[in-house]
Amino acid sequence: MSRLKKLFQDKKQNVLSVFYTAGFPNLNDTVAIARHLQAAGADIIEIGIPFSDPVADGPTIQASNKVALDNGMNVKLLLEQVKEIRKEVTMPIVLMGYLNPVLQYGFEKFCKDAAANGVDGLILPDMPLDEFADYRDLTNALNLDVIFLISPTTSPERIELIDGLSSGFVYAVSSSSTTGAKKGFTAEQEEYFRKLKNAGLKNPFLIGFGIFDHETFTKSSEFSSGAIVGSAFINLLKESNNFESDIPQFVRNLKS
Amino acid sequence: MKYTVNEKGFYGKFGGAYIPEMLYPNVEELRTNYLSIIYEPEFQMEFAKLLKDYVGRPTPLYFAQRLSETYKTKIYLKREDLCHTGAHKINNTIGQILLAKRMCKNKIIAETGAGQHGVATATVCALMGMECTVYMGQLDMERQRPNVERMRILGAKVVPARSGNMTLKDATNEAMRHWINNPSDTHYIIGSVVGPHPYPDMVTRFQSVISEEMKTQLQDAEGNPYPDHVIACVGGGSNAAGAFYHFLNDEHVNLVGAEAAGKGVDSGESAATTALGKTGVLHGSKTLLMQTEDGQVVEPYSISAGLDYPGIGPLHAHLFDTQRVQFLSATDDEAMEAGIELSRTEGIIPAIESAHAIAVLKQLKTDPDDVVVINLSGRGDKDLETYIRWGKY
Repeated sequence: MSRLKKLFQDKKQNVLSVFYTAGFPNLNDTVAIARHLQAAGADIIEIGIPFSDPVADGPTIQASNKVALDNGMNVKLLLEQVKEIRKEVTMPIVLMGYLNPVLQYGFEKFCKDAAANGVDGLILPDMPLDEFADYRDLTNALNLDVIFLISPTTSPERIELIDGLSSGFVYAVSSSSTTGAKKGFTAEQEEYFRKLKNAGLKNPFLIGFGIFDHETFTKSSEFSSGAIVGSAFINLLKESNNFESDIPQFVRNLKS
Repeated sequence: MKYTVNEKGFYGKFGGAYIPEMLYPNVEELRTNYLSIIYEPEFQMEFAKLLKDYVGRPTPLYFAQRLSETYKTKIYLKREDLCHTGAHKINNTIGQILLAKRMCKNKIIAETGAGQHGVATATVCALMGMECTVYMGQLDMERQRPNVERMRILGAKVVPARSGNMTLKDATNEAMRHWINNPSDTHYIIGSVVGPHPYPDMVTRFQSVISEEMKTQLQDAEGNPYPDHVIACVGGGSNAAGAFYHFLNDEHVNLVGAEAAGKGVDSGESAATTALGKTGVLHGSKTLLMQTEDGQVVEPYSISAGLDYPGIGPLHAHLFDTQRVQFLSATDDEAMEAGIELSRTEGIIPAIESAHAIAVLKQLKTDPDDVVVINLSGRGDKDLETYIRWGKY
């Protein structure tokens, strides 16, 4: 059983997945941040592969991508860092990124190397579903979970299709938006979460985009298995002088 | 029909719709509706009427006597530069705004590089009374001040794109982000044959009026609808797609794409995508793309702001791959010299984009009785500053 499946079997609520960009704020911070997140009690780490043109991201994550690329981050280096992370970190590791850097590395090679270095799941938001269908046997054989996104405008039929292709969990985008902090959830959003909760998905789902504090985290968890925090954490990394104390503090503030 | 898009949105191995889920419903709505809407007789009538009365079509096919003497072949210019707003861009924006109206979208967004597509979009929004937001790289806004003001006079809101290198690629990113954030009431008018399916095919169809007219006009002028060569410049490739479209299956017509070599193809400052690009995914489609080994998109360079896009439309990637289209390139200097040459021989100051199409004439093998059609996609008014700065005239 994959680490992600095991996690969701043992933990049905309040799963916290934390996203950060590889190579940000400094090239080798990727490893230290992962260790601090494990010590702080996060449940999943989601590491972003930086890209020059992150169209689904708001200003915070865009800026972190640019810094990371300027620092010299690339897929090969990230996979080496994951190997390093795996020496100490036992929680599930998910890589998230736009398709082009992965294609240039070679999709099959990427999947194989990622799995070999200890990656548990992939999120590739601009990977078309029918194109992924060709790779499903490969990712299954590697025990690599592949997570797809759904948004408030995704039709019920398509939700079923996405749930069917995903494994590990499904990533529910909280609103029709790019990544980044909002002002809490509207009644409309809660209605969408409720529908998803009652949709009978085969996978657990996590809510992401606009999760930035205790309130949005716990509200998400009322409807789902938990939530994903990205931009708010990137902002913390940008400002922090002391990851060792600030990261546990950040996780504590979210959870309680 | 080996050069038309297949049902999955691919031209050979290029094209498709590589988009995040947040954009899927928008793009899917467009994909399922675009063909039925644009082939409605009523749509066709309204489109044709606006192209005629508002844009000024058909644009002339002009026999360039003195240029023909210089190059010892028969050269015709397809005068897209005489379209309202000064370039072919408006053929597409008229088509897309009529489509947007029928899809009940009342807000329009667009990206623009040099500002020509932005102006063409602002123009049709004014015409239809629709709200218009144009994203433009902050650097381009500084370089193309008059076009920024033209858009504002027309009532559009021009939003600076401050991410990345602050040029066309970044303006496109910002427009896509805007669309993600405003999925229900907004239509995104992409200005070239790029983006996720169905955009490349839709924009090609709206621009195909160019080659449709060429055939009729050549029949009248030469007694034969088929030229021997058609030349068009390629940035994203919308004017070239329109100029090639009705000749794609006529393999005896030599089709030539002129790319911007900038300071030289190997200078590190170029926009010659077929020479420098590899297959990749950007702005929703798989195509040829200028990028690093790690798959990061490279900022292209050309003296012509309308050609400095790091990719080409997937149709063109396929036409290059199948060798249906011969791709040549012209440097900044070659293009500027060709611009002056056309000004002096024919009294037509071309847009610097279109001057690249003139410039590759020197590389083309022609016979004296060959018929060459150059798609003169835009006029040079917007480029006066660049001509003045270049100075060699």
